[in-house]
Amino acid sequence: MKLDTNTINKIAKLARIKLSEQESKDLLKDMNSILDWVEQLNEVDTDKIEPLANISSSSLPKRKDQAEDINSSDEILQNSPDKLEGYFAVPKVVE
Amino acid sequence: MNNNLIKGNKFEWETIIGLEIHAQVKSKSKLFSNSSTAFGSKPNSQVSLVDAAMPGMLPVINQYCIEQAVRTGIGLNAKINNYSVFDRKNYFYADLPQGYQISQYKYPIVGEGKVTIDFKDGNSKDIRIVRLHLEQDAGKSLHDQNPTKTYVDLNRSGVALMEIVSEPDIRSADEAGLYINKIRSILMYLDTCDGNMQEGSLRADVNISVRKPGDDYGTRCEIKNLNSIKFIKQAINYEAKRQIEILEEGGTIEQNTLLFNTSNGKTRPMRSKEEAHDYRYFPDPDLLPLDISQREIDKLKSSITELPDDRKKRYVNEYNLSNYDASVLTADKYVSDYFDDVINTDKSLKNSSKIVVNWITSELFSILNEKNVEINKSPITPKYLGRLIKLILEDVISGKIAKDVLIDMYNTKRDPETIIDKKGLKQLTNTNEIEDIVKEVLEENQKMVEQYLSGKDKLLGFFVGESMKKSKGKANPKILNEILKAKLSKKN
Repeated sequence: MKLDTNTINKIAKLARIKLSEQESKDLLKDMNSILDWVEQLNEVDTDKIEPLANISSSSLPKRKDQAEDINSSDEILQNSPDKLEGYFAVPKVVE
Repeated sequence: MNNNLIKGNKFEWETIIGLEIHAQVKSKSKLFSNSSTAFGSKPNSQVSLVDAAMPGMLPVINQYCIEQAVRTGIGLNAKINNYSVFDRKNYFYADLPQGYQISQYKYPIVGEGKVTIDFKDGNSKDIRIVRLHLEQDAGKSLHDQNPTKTYVDLNRSGVALMEIVSEPDIRSADEAGLYINKIRSILMYLDTCDGNMQEGSLRADVNISVRKPGDDYGTRCEIKNLNSIKFIKQAINYEAKRQIEILEEGGTIEQNTLLFNTSNGKTRPMRSKEEAHDYRYFPDPDLLPLDISQREIDKLKSSITELPDDRKKRYVNEYNLSNYDASVLTADKYVSDYFDDVINTDKSLKNSSKIVVNWITSELFSILNEKNVEINKSPITPKYLGRLIKLILEDVISGKIAKDVLIDMYNTKRDPETIIDKKGLKQLTNTNEIEDIVKEVLEENQKMVEQYLSGKDKLLGFFVGESMKKSKGKANPKILNEILKAKLSKKN
């Protein structure tokens, strides 16, 4: 499997990451070499084998349904570049 | 039988509808964090570091939410999967701090099931369920407060949702309404979701296409995020018409995600459509697969008492109600609980279930609607209403007087016997007293009596009315009628 620049740019766009042409080129090279390396796994026959979601044999830890009153507004908004009356203010998302 | 067809200008069309219902799990804390789910709190006050997706935070699943999803699956007559997996659904949006939603893709917690909807004409229909899976809700965006900004409240971010996906078995807006009502009713009986559509605890995406009967499915459009049954029906009717018009003019339907504008009743494409969604699902490495043993499932099964369909059957068998009446009555758990409590007031009421239904659905509802009070908060207790109906059945008061007593009961919260005693409303069954009244009425209206005797039979009603008035509505109608007829025939 080989990636092309279009795919790199599409992935970047989906993640909202801005890439310069040079960065895009570098990433293309890096990612292709990673994929090449992973490609070796294709040598193993995995027909009729269910994909494994996790290699750990322990079971999913669970918690009780207890709510904590955290009153988080101030703390959570601390890093926000823009806010208004307890809300995050972000560039308009049209819809 | 197919009266669901829509007539276009040229052909008849069938509407094919499938629903994705998002039901908020009624839990105290979120699906993967312990912040509160309380509605209407101060913006961003219930956002833990997990919900805000701060680096290094890890999700820990809420056991209660798993149980409620399983119980809901049982209520949907569905297969519960012993093995399910949480996946990341990746997309970028301002109200999704993680940059992905934790959802279930290939291995949902609940598989195929079915629910039954009941029609007025007594027919029923099964709607198949494809799956139910658990996922996180997103935050809330306010778009209309500022021309250049969107405001974001993350309180809802991470609250547990059950997404219930139906097969495209629905054929009309009405069926869609019945289906969503049925799902809502099942959720409320199970108490797994509060069913509050206004607050967004229950909302739906509608997939819709049209075809000529017998043809293959047409191209579908998806209408997003509808939060009332009224809007769902409006949106379906508008969208079906729109698609039919395009097809009859020789056009083709473009597969699209639509929004419904509630102020003009029209659908329009979402603007972000050009960036076709590419969710890049993969198993969330932060979460192990979820194993549920058959023992756990059985234990949850035994926690379910009575579902709407069970109760409906009981009403049909025990109280002789029609299938449709029983389904209307059981649709709302509170109404149905109230009915049960009324009828259990006294054994005699069991044989008069239809009367009990009428007193609840017409008399009680009209008072409660007028005062805008929910039935589970009715000042008239089921016991008192039961006793009032018993008094009618025993001829202690007439139905007409009982209506006034009911209003008094609402206002004073008193029991019916006290009100009837205090106001002296007991029905007159003493023949001597009624005879006296009749005598007076006939004497006062001699002319009418003559007319009656000369053949104007209809005047009997007039004498009944006058006598009733004189008794202040208290005369037993049956006895009154008998006495009147006897007296009049004697004069002949």
